[in-house]
Amino acid sequence: MSVQPAPSRGFPPAAAQSRTGGVQINDVVKIYGTSDTGVLAVDHCTFDVQPGKITVVVGPSGCGKTTLLNAIAGFHSISSGSIYLDDELLCGPSRLKAQPGPDRIVVFQNGALFPWKTNIENVTFGPVMQGQLSRAEAYEKARDMMADAGLRDIEHNYPGEISSGVRRRVEIVRALMNDPKILLLDEPYRALDSLTKSVMHEALLEIFYKTHVSIFFITHDLEEAIFLGHRVVIMTTRPCRPKKILDIDIPHPRDYSVLTTRRFREFMDETSAAVHEEAIKAFAAGEKER
Amino acid sequence: MTETSPASLLTTHVNRGVASDVSHGVSATTIALHRFMLWVKSPRPYLMLIGFAGFIGFWYLSVEVWKLPRFSEMPGPTQVFREWFSRDPTYGTSIFTPEYYMHIWVSTRRITIAFSLATVIGVPLGLFLGWSERFKQYVFPVFELLRPVPPLAWVPLAIVMFKGSETPVIFLTFLASFYATALNTMLGVQSIDVSYIRAANCLGASRWQVFRHVIVPGSMPFIFTGLQISVGVAWFSLVAGEMVSGQYGLGYLINTSYTMVRYPTIIIGMITLGIVGYITSAGVRLVGDYLMQWRTRELALGGDR
Repeated sequence: MSVQPAPSRGFPPAAAQSRTGGVQINDVVKIYGTSDTGVLAVDHCTFDVQPGKITVVVGPSGCGKTTLLNAIAGFHSISSGSIYLDDELLCGPSRLKAQPGPDRIVVFQNGALFPWKTNIENVTFGPVMQGQLSRAEAYEKARDMMADAGLRDIEHNYPGEISSGVRRRVEIVRALMNDPKILLLDEPYRALDSLTKSVMHEALLEIFYKTHVSIFFITHDLEEAIFLGHRVVIMTTRPCRPKKILDIDIPHPRDYSVLTTRRFREFMDETSAAVHEEAIKAFAAGEKER
Repeated sequence: MTETSPASLLTTHVNRGVASDVSHGVSATTIALHRFMLWVKSPRPYLMLIGFAGFIGFWYLSVEVWKLPRFSEMPGPTQVFREWFSRDPTYGTSIFTPEYYMHIWVSTRRITIAFSLATVIGVPLGLFLGWSERFKQYVFPVFELLRPVPPLAWVPLAIVMFKGSETPVIFLTFLASFYATALNTMLGVQSIDVSYIRAANCLGASRWQVFRHVIVPGSMPFIFTGLQISVGVAWFSLVAGEMVSGQYGLGYLINTSYTMVRYPTIIIGMITLGIVGYITSAGVRLVGDYLMQWRTRELALGGDR
């Protein structure tokens, strides 16, 4: 079943463009501290994030998956290995820390909308700071995109005045304003209740179907991973390395009825033992967030 | 029940105000007005009045009725208020004498100059202390060593360093104020969640843009806490300074009234200090609320975060 993105005014018709946003993670090692006394957080990790797809990384809290995301985003250096974005070197032996930039935008675990800026000021922050669009142009684009994401009438509100679910959506729109190659989502729905979460999942998929932006999604929730992902990477706990990589062949577009299908249950059955095993190890090691 | 209804009233009001008002200034005023109305409807102002009545009542009873031994030299409220509001005050100072306003004016002017200087120097210094680890390593140890030295210990140096009677007093007032402002601003910068800085980096902001759009507004709540402390300690050291040198000023008034045994005037000076001091810190708080509407509104909504 192929997906025809609905023509929309707000979001750029990314499907028509060549698919970008593939990330190659090659043999990445991250050691915190010195090499002999330090803590090994990521251990020879190799896998691909496919362009124009959703890749979900699952692992217990503190397993080192955020370390990997921080390396891609350019917040932390790696110790060895290399990471490429569409064949362009982000970090590698010659440069261990990537430069953060608007081609890879992070949506943070606790949300990072600037509370002192109104929602529309937040959304237009990227293009205005980079000098890409004038304020007026940015506002116009932002209004279209916010309307498209079902975010009307909150332009002039501050993030503190809207619900946390709506805040996450605003944050994703803020990211998409920059036409990023890839979105890096660091457990963005962790703090939400399960009902809000299900609404957020469908909203995220809706945005994905419109833009086909590549998504790198981190979570510890297996159901969330299988529901959203084209590909699910199950990580071992500390040091973190792919334990199992699954391609989820449930057709897109998906909605919540998928959760009750046999195929979904089969994926859950296939993976939950592996995830549970790592969770036990993580528990034994003591949950510690890096 | 009386607790929840004003809160929900405020919530709906704020939401409506925000959705309809384009200008932030308008909604800020409405929020302020609304808050005031809620305050009048709540039991708080009446409890406050009871508190004041209790305090003055104790003063009255202990001095004028029971005549407790410790309070024998102390003027009672009747005497003080009669003197304060008298057209022809026995000891020369009341709300009808121009001198009284001269004292208030001189003190307020000193506070304004010293507080402004402390803010203009203290806030940028604090921002850079928080922003640049290297700068902090140079400056902070010296800062921490000077900070515990009380303003009164600076009196001799201040008199030697600065000519006249005015500048030493302003210098002393400035000192304590400056430390409070700089320190709180630094803490404000350090309190900013690193996610905000990272998000700004992701979105392509330059180092300067991060400073301007994240560091400065992000430390604003701490800066204003610092400024409120700062204006308080400014009065504190002003009065100390005025007792040592200077002509006019409320500290000077209190001190000379003591040497000239005008006890009611001492109390008038003290009450006036309390009132003027309260007005200045309320003013600082108002400016803070105006500049941080995002925060005012968030708190009005009960801070869902």
